Amino acid sequence: MSTYLLLEDGTRFDGESAGADTFATGEVVFNTAMSGYQESVSDPSYRGQIIVFTYPLIGNYGVSRDAMESDSVHARAVVMREGVNREDAPGAEGGWLTWLSDCRVPALSGIDTRALVRHIRDKGAMRGGVFPGSMPESEAMERVMAEPEMAGADLAREVTPREPLILDPDNPGPRVVALDTGIKDSIMANLRQRGARLELHPCTASAEDLLARDPDAVFLANGPGDPAALDYVVDAVRGCVGKVPVFGICLGHQLLCRAVGLETFKLPFGHRGANHPVKDLETGRIDITSQNHGFAVLGPSGAKTIDADEPVRWETDFGEAELSQLNLYDRTVEGLVLRDVPGATVQYHPEAGPGPHDATHLFDRFMEMIRAAA
Amino acid sequence: MPRRDDLRRILVLGSGPIVIGQAAEFDYSGAQACKVLLEEGYEVVLVNSNPATIMTDPEFATATYIEPLTPGSVARVIERERPDALLPTLGGGTALDLARALSEDGTLERFGVELIGANYEAIRRAEDRELFRATIEAAGLRVPRSGIARSIAEAEHVLADVGLPAIVRPGFTMGGRGGGIARSEAEFHQIVGEGLAASPIGQVLIEESVIGWGEFELEVMRDRNDNVVIVCSIENIDPMGVHTGDSVTVAPQQTLTDKQYQALRDQAIAVIRAVGVETGGSNIQFAVNPETDEIVVIEMNPRVSRSSALASKATGFPIAKIAARLAVGYALEEIDNDITKATPASFEPTIDYVVVKWPRFAFEKFPGTSGKLSTHMQSVGEAMSIGRTFKQAMVKAMRSRELDVTPPTDVPLEELLARLETPSHDRFEVLFAALRAGASEQEIHRRTHIDPWYVSELAELAAGVDPEDGLARTFKSVDTCAAEFEAATPYFYSGLERPAPDGAARHEVEPGERPAVVILGAGPNRIGQGIEFDYCCVHAAMTVRESGRDAVMINCNPETVSTDYDTSDRLYFEPLTLEDVLGVIEVEQPEGVIVQFGGQTPLKLAKGLHDAGVPLLGTPVDSIDLAEDRARFGALIRELELKSPPYATAESAEGALEAAEQVGYPLLVRPSYVLGGRAMEICYSPEQLADYLRRTGAANGKGTTIYLDRFLENAIEIDVDALCDGDEVRIGAIMQHVEEAGVHSGDSACVIPAMSLGPEMLRQVEHATEQLALRLGVVGLINLQFAVHADDELYVIEANPRASRTVPFVSKAVGVPLAKVACRLMLGEKLADLDLALPEPGRGPGHVSVKEAVLPFDRFPHADALLGPEMKSTGEVMGVAADYPTAFGKAQAAAGAGLPIEGSVFISVTDSDKPAATQLAASLHDLGFKVLATGGTAQAIRRMGVPVERIPKISEGSPNVVDRIESGDVALVINTPTGSGARSDGYEIRRAAVARGVPCITTMTGATAAQRAIRALQLGEPAVRSLQELHASARKHVALRREAAPADVPG
Ligand SMILES: Nc1ncnc2c1ncn2[C@@H]1O[C@H](COP(=O)(O)OP(=O)(O)O)[C@@H](O)[C@H]1O
Ligand SMILES: Nc1ncnc2c1ncn2[C@@H]1O[C@H](COP(=O)(O)OP(=O)(O)O)[C@@H](O)[C@H]1O
Ligand SMILES: [Mg+2]
Ligand SMILES: [Mg+2]
Repeated sequence: MSTYLLLEDGTRFDGESAGADTFATGEVVFNTAMSGYQESVSDPSYRGQIIVFTYPLIGNYGVSRDAMESDSVHARAVVMREGVNREDAPGAEGGWLTWLSDCRVPALSGIDTRALVRHIRDKGAMRGGVFPGSMPESEAMERVMAEPEMAGADLAREVTPREPLILDPDNPGPRVVALDTGIKDSIMANLRQRGARLELHPCTASAEDLLARDPDAVFLANGPGDPAALDYVVDAVRGCVGKVPVFGICLGHQLLCRAVGLETFKLPFGHRGANHPVKDLETGRIDITSQNHGFAVLGPSGAKTIDADEPVRWETDFGEAELSQLNLYDRTVEGLVLRDVPGATVQYHPEAGPGPHDATHLFDRFMEMIRAAA
Repeated sequence: MPRRDDLRRILVLGSGPIVIGQAAEFDYSGAQACKVLLEEGYEVVLVNSNPATIMTDPEFATATYIEPLTPGSVARVIERERPDALLPTLGGGTALDLARALSEDGTLERFGVELIGANYEAIRRAEDRELFRATIEAAGLRVPRSGIARSIAEAEHVLADVGLPAIVRPGFTMGGRGGGIARSEAEFHQIVGEGLAASPIGQVLIEESVIGWGEFELEVMRDRNDNVVIVCSIENIDPMGVHTGDSVTVAPQQTLTDKQYQALRDQAIAVIRAVGVETGGSNIQFAVNPETDEIVVIEMNPRVSRSSALASKATGFPIAKIAARLAVGYALEEIDNDITKATPASFEPTIDYVVVKWPRFAFEKFPGTSGKLSTHMQSVGEAMSIGRTFKQAMVKAMRSRELDVTPPTDVPLEELLARLETPSHDRFEVLFAALRAGASEQEIHRRTHIDPWYVSELAELAAGVDPEDGLARTFKSVDTCAAEFEAATPYFYSGLERPAPDGAARHEVEPGERPAVVILGAGPNRIGQGIEFDYCCVHAAMTVRESGRDAVMINCNPETVSTDYDTSDRLYFEPLTLEDVLGVIEVEQPEGVIVQFGGQTPLKLAKGLHDAGVPLLGTPVDSIDLAEDRARFGALIRELELKSPPYATAESAEGALEAAEQVGYPLLVRPSYVLGGRAMEICYSPEQLADYLRRTGAANGKGTTIYLDRFLENAIEIDVDALCDGDEVRIGAIMQHVEEAGVHSGDSACVIPAMSLGPEMLRQVEHATEQLALRLGVVGLINLQFAVHADDELYVIEANPRASRTVPFVSKAVGVPLAKVACRLMLGEKLADLDLALPEPGRGPGHVSVKEAVLPFDRFPHADALLGPEMKSTGEVMGVAADYPTAFGKAQAAAGAGLPIEGSVFISVTDSDKPAATQLAASLHDLGFKVLATGGTAQAIRRMGVPVERIPKISEGSPNVVDRIESGDVALVINTPTGSGARSDGYEIRRAAVARGVPCITTMTGATAAQRAIRALQLGEPAVRSLQELHASARKHVALRREAAPADVPG
């Protein structure tokens, strides 16, 4: 069935429907990874977004339970050059396209995704929608405009659990209390493998709620939306900093930074892929990282990028913070360490899922810092 | 401080002649590396015996040595040049083995030369299968079970452990030569036997088979800070069991989940660290069991490779260039990504298209070969294609092969399926036929083990789905980053896409400010059309750019320098078919198109382009027809009062036999439809002719014409490459062939200057060349072949109004880049205005240059190692010296058949050669050789009073001649064919010699040259001189002669 993608600036791309025959609107973003499509759509951080895959063939190896990063699909829609449905791939439990429609996710195939990506690269990520060919452009445009902007959007509430969840309480390791703004399964797996007693708490939990759990560390998860719209979470985090070690990944990194008084800003089209080089300023090592974020933390003195490969410092409400990780593509902040209180963060995804495993050693570092602080 | 300032002069080793398993990819890598090192301010000393390479152009190094790649000659270069370091990772296995030898014999230490790029231990850990296994297992990874055997008995023992089928790998042979898959006890004995013989160390590795598993390659780079990136993943459609070089491969991998792929990535990184390649690129091969996720490591090449060239072209990430920078101290993060300029090289390319590579085979040229594929590489070239989807890339790849493969018709399905079980060169044609005949996808998978994903994609194609249907050709760029960043490098391919709502295709091509000239490349390497033509295309691109125009290259061969995006202003990686080329021309609107440099491939398109109104530069299209049409060319020869061998054409067997009588025997016969001398044979009698017609079915009365030429016996063959601007002709060189006419010009050795032609004959050749070039209206290059018959008559054999195979050789011999000059003429310049320091025709530039062909018989153990009118060589080497014998000796050594200076020579020749052979025996005896011969030859030699040991023919029982050769006590074999075909003694003798790597000379002229070379070699190791020195003295030489005799300087 002929279907089209319409962007808020009026640009239109035509293709065929390959998923559920409904329409969807959201922020149109692109992901440059060549594998891991199922991990991506089930990553809660994609809440509210339409994913354009730059790799042209999506679905080759089907879908399987162990590729899920959460228990549902969070992306609003999927845009591909060629959607592939392969139930019978070795190890597959279902076909990608069948699965998408079962999950009521519209998918668009046959799109000149490269032309689309070049457009977004030049004009920036913007709102858009996937619509049946029968729907007039005017009506489609109204729906696109009705979609709230990503800047200022609080999407954490949509993905956070209602009740706290206590996982394997009798693990030997430290108790890690996580603010679940949409945590990925791979993050949980990495913490639990290292013996952490992990708990997930609603993002509405207060500092008191969290500290009442007598945590060895507070963990701030990844998640969707604009960190600037989550002041209630930021307050909770501020209440914990200095009292227990605090760690954050992706959105969690941005939240901790805001909690200590640093600023975040929206990137033109974000980082989404599995090939971004990030330099660890402590070891000098360069890891190829898995990335998925549309916002980033401003450097000292408000700079968006950092010119020298040096551990520059911020003055924060909790003493000094030091740059620990730097993106070598666009030289934006990828992570920092609090020097006067226990805490550290990374913008990218050391847990991979999907993507390279270069940085999983960061979880060991987290665990060591917890032990050190204890 | 990244760049190493403690190094001043760096020695780079090339890979030598093009052979199966080592082709143009190492010219691409080496040329890039040399460029980078010069840019970085180092002095570069280069050794490579292959004149047809861009890297051996004088401007690519400070000192270029076209010398044999043997420890001896490289040591002499080191002694003379005193380099600080040796970079051995860019010249394939050849360079790596040389580096190993030079450190083992102490040369590197003696002259204080440091190995950079890969150290000695790393090379050994990767190359020595036993050490490799130990290293990998120590890293906690798995390799197939295996054991070493030095005898059949030991082999039996190992087999008990690994079981059948088993993989047999001879120690230290390149490209798996002499190895194979043993499926039965009998096969096992045969292959182990061949393997032990092929291995220089008499050793084979017998390995557990993982046939049918998926085969994957990762291209990995590591820098001095231990940062590692994966440049590209490559998946073989053909599962384990077909050499990656012969497999159809796809980038990036298509069928692994992210988890499976990351597991491979982790292992690749572990391997490069374990082996200890400090800096540079490595190719790591894995086998993956798709059902169980099991992974085994197959091998690692600690150097750039065929696959790294493919990966570079597939991603836009220039591995060799970056490897060279890493080797001199830089870290990945300190190197810019060429393409984005904005980002560093410490990243992993991500691509948004699909790349398919197809091998190109040449079995039809080697009767006796089966066409079955195995673990040793047999393809002679490859084509690559880029498409937006797998299906698009696949159909483009099939177009790019330029194969006249006829899909099997009316073969029963069961037979098709049976054929699929042992992969052959035409397996995909068979597979498509089977699908069309109703085979299920499951059945195909069951028989071939090809991943179901590929089977279903192929099934759609077989079902006639046209992946290009209804979509618009849209030019996209290759940018390493899936459009995340601006691309600065104009490297394009066509994808098929829906146009924008306004109907326009969304091209990414920006028209350049300067007028564009399109250069058509040569497509996949093949016998008869090799790297020489790519060399010419690259020179054309350089010249077009210098002329202030944009050079636009179209080619589909990933091995080459022409498809390096640095070579032209815009590169289009497209098939060389009329339709695809016209697609590019539509967006480029060029001032003109150059078809003269890419061999037959672009020449075949000339007429179509002309008819489509595309302006062609240089020689007019009609001249091509005039030169190729028998009748028209015959008339032209008469008109110019030149001679060509008497000939006739016929449509039927009867007609042929009749016509033969008028022409007169012996005859050279060939059907009209084949090029490159294919299916050409010499017939001495009506019986032989009738037999030929029967065998080849040429006279099938289906309208194929048969050409019958009088075969000129014992004629001297001459090749001429000349320049013409339409008004004036300049001869590049007159080359005299060493072997007599009847041995294809591409297979015979030749020498500049001509050694035995008198001034009168040279004048005739010059005259004929001028007349033909002018009459054909040549603007650019023309190649002529002549034969000088016993009666001292000059015959024209053929005229090729285009760049020829010998252009690079001539250019390097005389020091004038003929292709560049030709290109300037095509762009409108006149010879009169160019001051070319060409020696007078027939007179040399002061030194002697010999070209020798390199033949692939060692790859096809069951084909007869005989030279004839059909070309069989894959590559060539050059030997330069002050005198002919020394130059010839160098060329032989460079060709891998170094002449012995002592030992036993075995001589067995046909009756007509016996007088000459006895002379030869006498001189070899005087040079201290022990002469061995069979029956008749032995008698003849003894009559001359030369001591000779008579040894039995095969029929006369053991130990016969073959046993003697195999036992290794024969240093040189001289065997001229007795005409009686395969399985004769001659065949067995030549087969044994090839298998044992004993030089085997099959013509008397060749043998005489060899004898003189041996005498020269006995006087001591020949001196080495750089091309730069040779060219400088050549220019002086020419200048002096001009002063001496200004009159005989033309123009
Ligand atoms: N154990 C094995 N079982 C089955 N096939 C194998 C095995 N080892 C190698 N091969 C096949 O043989 C080919 C050549 O082997 P490889 O080790 O790569 O040697 P080379 O040095 O010639 O590349 C591989 O590409 C693969 O297809
Ligand atoms: N009339 C002839 N007499 C002797 N040898 C010949 C004759 N014609 C061709 N040859 C031999 O056959 C070879 C190939 O013939 P040619 O016409 O050059 O075909 P190709 O197009 O393959 O170059 C020549 O190089 C030459 O050695
Ligand atoms: Mg290999
Ligand atoms: Mg010829």
